[in-house]
Amino acid sequence: MHLPVILHVTGILLTLFSIALLAPAFVAAIYGEPTIPTFALAFALSSLTGLALWILGRGQRELRTGDGFLITTLFYLGLGLFGALPFHLAPSTDLSFTDAVFESLSGLTTTGATVLTGLEQLPKSILFYRQLLQWCGGMGIIVLAVAILPMLGIGGMQLYRTESPGPVKDSKLTPRITQTAKALWYLYLGLTIACALGYWLAGMHPFDAICHSFSTVAIGGFSTYDASIGHFQSPAIEGVAILFMAVSGINFGLHFLAWRQRNPLHYFRDMEVRLYLAVLAGLALAVCAILVAHPSASASPVRDGLFQAVSIATTTGFTTQDFSLWPSAAPILLLFAACAGGCAGSTAGGIKMIRVLLIFRQGLREVRRLIHPNGMFPLKLGKRKVPDRVVDAVWGFLSAYALIFLALICLLMALADLDFATAFSAVAACLNNLGPGLGELASNYQALPDSVTWLLMLAMLLGRLEIFTLVVLFTPAFWRR
Amino acid sequence: MKILILGAGRVGGILAHRLASEAFDITLVDRDAARLRELREQLDIQTVTGWASHPDVLARAGAEDADMLVAVTGSDEVNMVACQVCYSTFRTHAKIARVRSAAYLQSESFFHRDHLPVDVLINPEQVVTDQICQLLENPGALQVLDFAEGRVKLVAVRAASDSALVGKQVRRVREQLPRVKARLAAIFRRDRPILPKGDTRIEANDELFFIAAAGQIGAVLAELRDVERPFRRVIIAGGGEIGARLARAIEPRFSVKLVEQNPERAAQLAESLQRTLVLNADATNRELLLNENIQQCDAFCALTDDDETNIISCLMAKRLGAHQVMALIGNPAYAPLVQGIEIDIAISPEQATTSSLLTHIRRGDVVRVHSLRRGDAEALEAVAHGDRKSSKVVGRPVKSIKLPPDTTIGAIVRGDQVLLSLSDVVVKSEDHLILFLANRRHVAAVERLFQVGLSFF
Repeated sequence: MHLPVILHVTGILLTLFSIALLAPAFVAAIYGEPTIPTFALAFALSSLTGLALWILGRGQRELRTGDGFLITTLFYLGLGLFGALPFHLAPSTDLSFTDAVFESLSGLTTTGATVLTGLEQLPKSILFYRQLLQWCGGMGIIVLAVAILPMLGIGGMQLYRTESPGPVKDSKLTPRITQTAKALWYLYLGLTIACALGYWLAGMHPFDAICHSFSTVAIGGFSTYDASIGHFQSPAIEGVAILFMAVSGINFGLHFLAWRQRNPLHYFRDMEVRLYLAVLAGLALAVCAILVAHPSASASPVRDGLFQAVSIATTTGFTTQDFSLWPSAAPILLLFAACAGGCAGSTAGGIKMIRVLLIFRQGLREVRRLIHPNGMFPLKLGKRKVPDRVVDAVWGFLSAYALIFLALICLLMALADLDFATAFSAVAACLNNLGPGLGELASNYQALPDSVTWLLMLAMLLGRLEIFTLVVLFTPAFWRR
Repeated sequence: MKILILGAGRVGGILAHRLASEAFDITLVDRDAARLRELREQLDIQTVTGWASHPDVLARAGAEDADMLVAVTGSDEVNMVACQVCYSTFRTHAKIARVRSAAYLQSESFFHRDHLPVDVLINPEQVVTDQICQLLENPGALQVLDFAEGRVKLVAVRAASDSALVGKQVRRVREQLPRVKARLAAIFRRDRPILPKGDTRIEANDELFFIAAAGQIGAVLAELRDVERPFRRVIIAGGGEIGARLARAIEPRFSVKLVEQNPERAAQLAESLQRTLVLNADATNRELLLNENIQQCDAFCALTDDDETNIISCLMAKRLGAHQVMALIGNPAYAPLVQGIEIDIAISPEQATTSSLLTHIRRGDVVRVHSLRRGDAEALEAVAHGDRKSSKVVGRPVKSIKLPPDTTIGAIVRGDQVLLSLSDVVVKSEDHLILFLANRRHVAAVERLFQVGLSFF
């Protein structure tokens, strides 16, 4: 454990991030808003702190793999804190420190839960900044999920490695991690541009189009309007959103492969993507059916059902309607789908489809073992065997996930006097990086006491870091190493 | 004709046996001096001890003036390199190599003269696997062999004692099979060949060899035995090379269970096979067979490396109610003891291997050879060339062709046409003749019949 070198790396990342604070300042300049000093101050604070850490930790030995746990966590914590500065400092938002950090962390983890209301009245620069936070967070997640977490032995991509055969998709997409990160950047950027163009062509104002493309591709769910996508009342815009949410929920490693080899068939050969698309389709069908059966819930059941199913199941969290008011089967079903989440290596949250698939297969295997006591039943994905070590890791993840889920619900109910459904929805929304909850948390999290807000921030962080990255830091063995 | 055989393993040994008895000059190369000594004592052959692909070893073995190289060592790589060495250094004309790994067989052009000069690739395990597949797809057949790219098949069946054919004269068989275009080519009675005449009576337990057009095989089998329903459930005992290949080949169409004793091998098979249920157990385990519903099993194939295990597990499976059992039996002494009594079909790996090699060793334009009845008999497909003057067959009606004794012409394939009633048919050039030799001694005479000049390839 070399604390200086870890601070050094964190300093570099913070300095890089501070550049992102300049972009909203330009927006402020364009729209002539008084928020320029706010962003300038935030930029100065974070870049100076970053530089100080950078210089402080210089000249140290190189990183060890285990240091990645701490760096990743510090990255999100540090960015969460410094990213909160504009919200706290800007007079127009007037958020408490706790709420500002919540808003910032919610953005960076692409959760999309908000404590702000009256978004339409806020300065454009602040709105743009929120979206930008999600976009940066999403990018961070992809690099994290595809390149860094596998090195630590955590996360869905580690499972993924065992699946598709082929030279490119071994442990990394390209031989060097920097090249991998760069390739993913281009992909992410390209997808964002395509999404923004799509929104624009579907009738959005260019500013809104860019802002929403940020939070769509990052599977974040922040919007520039209180009514979210519902504000536009446009089937075309909803269609664009559905398409890009679904695409962003797919493994970016797979996007990379399909794009590199110019072969879209890769998607359909991939077991995880097939399950993911099947779940999206099945869920949409079920939600539509519920809405059709209850005509009072929605005026256009198919359109609303489809949009909400894709938005919640991918853990984006855009809304066109307050789905918490729908017949209770629909919101519960949607939240369960959000727990399953998207594909590993994407910006989506949740347990990840590949883990769900493996657990399901494991269950089937147990049944077959009972019928054929002498049988050999390797767990397979596609045509390749999944090592038992990986299956163990999935079980470990799932049990940790379930325990933390339950513990958080209990704490939430005790601290904030919430009913079970609301507490459940809040934990599901944060731990899965989804965003909107049910009951009084359907549109924002303003009403909660500070203690609960911090608890939910912890949930977001746990969900984003695939639980174990964070849990490892709480073990004495990690520090004694 | 001088033939160089590399590798004195099972295949190499059998081949040496077979060819040495047919007046070929055989030189056998292997690293195992003891094995070579053993073979030298039994056979009239020359042996060389050494690494089969090394040029100096090949030179010592007389590759300089060998007409043919047969590389059947245990290693694909050694076989291929030996062919390359012989081609580059000794200009050996005909090179046959055993290549088992499917990875080498992907590309068509790989074994071209300019790249890796192998003239003929053989893969004995694949040949055996193909034969078993044929048996599973044609329930009731003892042996199914292809001629003329599968247009004509030779099928062996046993006349069950309750069959309608038993006691009938051969000329009545036609009436028995009114809807079927097939021809009874030979009968084996108590292991002795009989060339059927019109008045020959069929007895119970006779082995009947029918020649028929490919599409007619099902009908022949249906008419001869109680109508067999198609096989669905197959249990394979032994996950060796043949067992694994068979499982892979049939798992899309059959419900397959594969029993393998070695846990590591079983795990490996379970991983590589997609739909087959792999069981890690001993194939002679009675409880296991009962657990896995042996009485519902249509075909039980014992394919381990061990003859005794195969025989015992087949006997047990049959006793427990498996519909048909077949065993891979390498030792030629065992097969006659068990085939037809408790074990329905004894599959000889040797027969398959030598068949595929003999095709390339036979003179005259012989395009296909099948060794039958453990080598006693042979069925071969020869192409008639030339005209009435240069050939002994072309331009003559079949009944006037002077065939060696114990030999019949079973069918003629002319283009896409399959001719079965033959006596007045006049043979044309480029006809494929399917001949049935009840006695292998007359092979050379048949070869001479089809020679226009002397040629090997």
